[in-house]
Amino acid sequence: MSESTPSGGVHPEREHALLLLRGMLLIRRFEEKAAELYQAGKIRGFLHLYIGQEAVAVGAMQALTPDDAIVATYRDHGHALARGVPAGAVMAEMYGKANGCSRGRGGSMHLFDASRRFFGGYAIVGGGLPIAVGLALADKMRSDARVTACFFGEGAVAEGEFHECMNLARLWDLPVLFLCENNRYAMGTAIERSESVTDLRTKAAAYAIRAETIDGMDVTAVEAATRGAAEAVRSGGGPRLLEFETYRFRGHSMADPELYRPKEEVARWKEHDPIAGFIKRQRDADRLSDADLKVIQQAVDLEIAEAVAFAEAGAWEPLEDLTNFVTSESSR
Amino acid sequence: MAEFLMPILGADMTAGTLVAWRKQPGDRVERGDIIAEVESDKADVEVEIFVTGVLDRILVEPGTKVPVGTPLAIIREEGGAAPPAATAAALPAAAPAPPRRPAPAARPAAEGGRLRISPSARQLAQQLGVDLSGVTGSGPDGRIMRRDIEEAAASTAGALPPVELDRQTRMRQAIAAAMARSAREIPHFHLTTTIDMSRAMAWLSAENARRPVTERLLYGAVLLKAMALALRDVPELNATWSGERVVPNPAIHVGVAISLRQGGLVAPAIHDTDRQSLTELMEKFRDVAQRARAGSLRSSEMSDPTITMTSLGETGAESVFGLIYPPQVALVGFGRVAERAVSIGGQIVSHPVVTATLSADHRVADGHRGSVYLAALERLLQEPSQL
Amino acid sequence: MTTMTYREALRSALRDALRTDERTFLMGEDVGRYGGAFAVSHGLLEEFGPDRVRDTPLSESAFVGAGIGAAINGMRPIVEVMTVNFSMLAMDQVLNNAATLRYMSGGQLNIPLVVRMATGGGRQLGAQHSHSLEGWYAHIPGIVVLSPATVTDARGMLLAALQHPDPVFLFEHATLYATEDDIDEQAGPADISHAAVCREGQHVTLIAYGGSVRKALGAAEELAQQGTHAEVIDLRVLRPLDMETVLASVRKTHRAVVVDEAWRTGSLSAEISARIMEGCFDALDWPVERVCGAEVPAPYAKHMEDASLPQVPEIVETVQEMFV
Repeated sequence: MSESTPSGGVHPEREHALLLLRGMLLIRRFEEKAAELYQAGKIRGFLHLYIGQEAVAVGAMQALTPDDAIVATYRDHGHALARGVPAGAVMAEMYGKANGCSRGRGGSMHLFDASRRFFGGYAIVGGGLPIAVGLALADKMRSDARVTACFFGEGAVAEGEFHECMNLARLWDLPVLFLCENNRYAMGTAIERSESVTDLRTKAAAYAIRAETIDGMDVTAVEAATRGAAEAVRSGGGPRLLEFETYRFRGHSMADPELYRPKEEVARWKEHDPIAGFIKRQRDADRLSDADLKVIQQAVDLEIAEAVAFAEAGAWEPLEDLTNFVTSESSR
Repeated sequence: MAEFLMPILGADMTAGTLVAWRKQPGDRVERGDIIAEVESDKADVEVEIFVTGVLDRILVEPGTKVPVGTPLAIIREEGGAAPPAATAAALPAAAPAPPRRPAPAARPAAEGGRLRISPSARQLAQQLGVDLSGVTGSGPDGRIMRRDIEEAAASTAGALPPVELDRQTRMRQAIAAAMARSAREIPHFHLTTTIDMSRAMAWLSAENARRPVTERLLYGAVLLKAMALALRDVPELNATWSGERVVPNPAIHVGVAISLRQGGLVAPAIHDTDRQSLTELMEKFRDVAQRARAGSLRSSEMSDPTITMTSLGETGAESVFGLIYPPQVALVGFGRVAERAVSIGGQIVSHPVVTATLSADHRVADGHRGSVYLAALERLLQEPSQL
Repeated sequence: MTTMTYREALRSALRDALRTDERTFLMGEDVGRYGGAFAVSHGLLEEFGPDRVRDTPLSESAFVGAGIGAAINGMRPIVEVMTVNFSMLAMDQVLNNAATLRYMSGGQLNIPLVVRMATGGGRQLGAQHSHSLEGWYAHIPGIVVLSPATVTDARGMLLAALQHPDPVFLFEHATLYATEDDIDEQAGPADISHAAVCREGQHVTLIAYGGSVRKALGAAEELAQQGTHAEVIDLRVLRPLDMETVLASVRKTHRAVVVDEAWRTGSLSAEISARIMEGCFDALDWPVERVCGAEVPAPYAKHMEDASLPQVPEIVETVQEMFV
């Protein structure tokens, strides 16, 4: 890429910055395209966009190795892309095509890629936490120094599973990295209206789990915090919790008219757009030029276009395969 | 030119109302701009445009509800790809429906109402060739059970499927069982009348003289036609006794008793006897008699008769008081045609006469109705050309 | 050959598994220090240590889900949910994860998880501790549901479950734990695809599972003395149902009675009845009869509880009325 980076030679910080930016832009453009395709009827069911929260997935993913495991929620496109699941496979999955990462069986909310240890995609709030605990339990029993990163929203904190899992993870010293994306709204209910104690660190403390609150709009801060916490978990320190203060710029899902939050609030948070903010900081630090940006944007646009083409060209799973994979015997 | 279509905004949205336009024709729009407000079932949502250009024309006025995918406006694009058409992603062709269960085998037509019978009993009846109309059910509400079929098969009435082995013995047994049952279950009464056959025989002679040998009629065909037609006057004699009640038969299929050379008697049906011409009756009778003697009657022929006729023929006794074949309710027997003295207008003359005997089920008919039948029979035999 | 109780048979299977496969571990409430609520895991903590025999907090959802996650990640967990009554707290993990992840991921995940639960009523434990919900589990595609009714099957089916690649739910009727029988302690995994004809007869087929099998056999004994010979089928596997064995029997006897402790409405007996009608309608000389639990929450008083569950006299009477 050196011929197209007029700002200078290879610099690890700069390289990394470009990587982060590309990662976030990929998610942003992907989500925008997904919204367009949803309105056009190509993507059906429910669609939960990650726009505004890109810094969390991208930043946190930097701290994880290919060997670590990831559990996410139904708002999982960003995590899948940041993990390296090909954009085409994700798009095709949302189209319902057989070349989707879950063979078209799951759709937007149920992205799986076992080869990248990306273990879904859960539609039941809090439903992935026990799975994460189990993944970590297995690693612990085998003394595998791996981390299970468990992304969830602050809404899950109200579910019994959150408390059961925090307790069990601490009790058995399991290598779970609990990553809470606090975007302040569980669908239409603000956290103040659903939690008697909104400070999540207090909750973690109740289980003797160390917790930190991070600015989720700053990818650098996210990365730094996650690296630190992941290291602690990986070295046998037991579970950790990170709370990322973030915001989704779109509704809960495509159908959401956002009656529950004032437009001024959205506008205020948009001033902290993680991508715009990052671009500005990198520019100020001379690590990013207009040309760099253009190159990245073009590359991302191309990747998105190819992803759409991949999805469009994908085949539908044949109906005869309906009962495949219900059990192991019913698989081909 | 690009179209701005009514978008799908929720999983089950099929139509939306355009509430307001945020841009006017002539306005420049950029990808991501809010172009309109749309109301779905749930709420008002701001909708963005995905192309950059100039809003050329508005196609739908505020307040209009249209299906998703309907063009709402035209955008004069500047560069960039047209937005994908808002058609539902083409679904794969419907797979063939999962294999349907094979259509159930045709069941015997219900005779005047549903028969209460267990599926297993019904199947067994088919297997054993048992006529259900003759079976009384011993289960709840008179339901026919397997055991009833087993019993019925042991006392089966004339249902003789063509079987090579031991046919003789089986037939004898079947006849014995049927006759015993008839005597046991049916309250018989008998009426006789002596019918002057001179006109019939004379007509027959003349008719046969005109016919080639192969088409000549036996007087039995004349009797057969007459006794069938007479039933139209007294249809209750053509019914079936089923369980507790009489089931009328719309058609008349006379079972014709045929004696077999080896001994034994069968009485296969000649279908729609009353509608056949004498020639046809002769043909059918010849065919059935031949097959009866060859042992190749069809089981339907055995189970279809609605009434039986037995004729003793030229060497038989003068009259026959026969036993009815259940579930039939009547039997007409003819003795031999013989010259006898009859009184015509006070004069004694010698005419061929035949004694006809009606054996009838007293649960179904009485002497009066029986007499009406015999009178009709007599009348018909006086006008043989009408038969 | 030796004599063992049902619970000892389960224990022997657990012990064999823990010994031979280091991926195996047992977790559940009171399986360790307490020795198991039904004493199935008695002694196992001492033998295998707290890593392999794990006492969990009262967190059904978390530890059933953890079993799923651990199974995905290469272990062979045995989760003991104390009773089916408490399993409701974990139902989301069962339904939406265990049964579903393989399908939903397009075949990428295998979940070789075994969940064992005590089930059934008849011990005056009241309405919240007496449920028979095997039918609810048998409703769900993606899992295997087993109901061992004999000592041999307790050991054999658990061993087989531990080798199965998909989630297996094994239901142990609480009244069976103390039952005793001869068993070949060397016997390996049992068949987990077929029902078993445990008594032959030609007049009527009695179909039962779990705790009801003994009642069906008891009824058959009584009926035999009256000259009616019942064939008794132990279903053994509730999902997938082995209807071939059932249909072959009904084709022979022409009459069927399903004994099911669960509430009659929407129970597994209804499914079996429907499948008998679909599979051998023409063989039926009588409608399929069912002897089920009364549609009441389980009462505490003994006479009331007894009246609310299928019993031998009721089964006998049901059969007798089919021959009137």
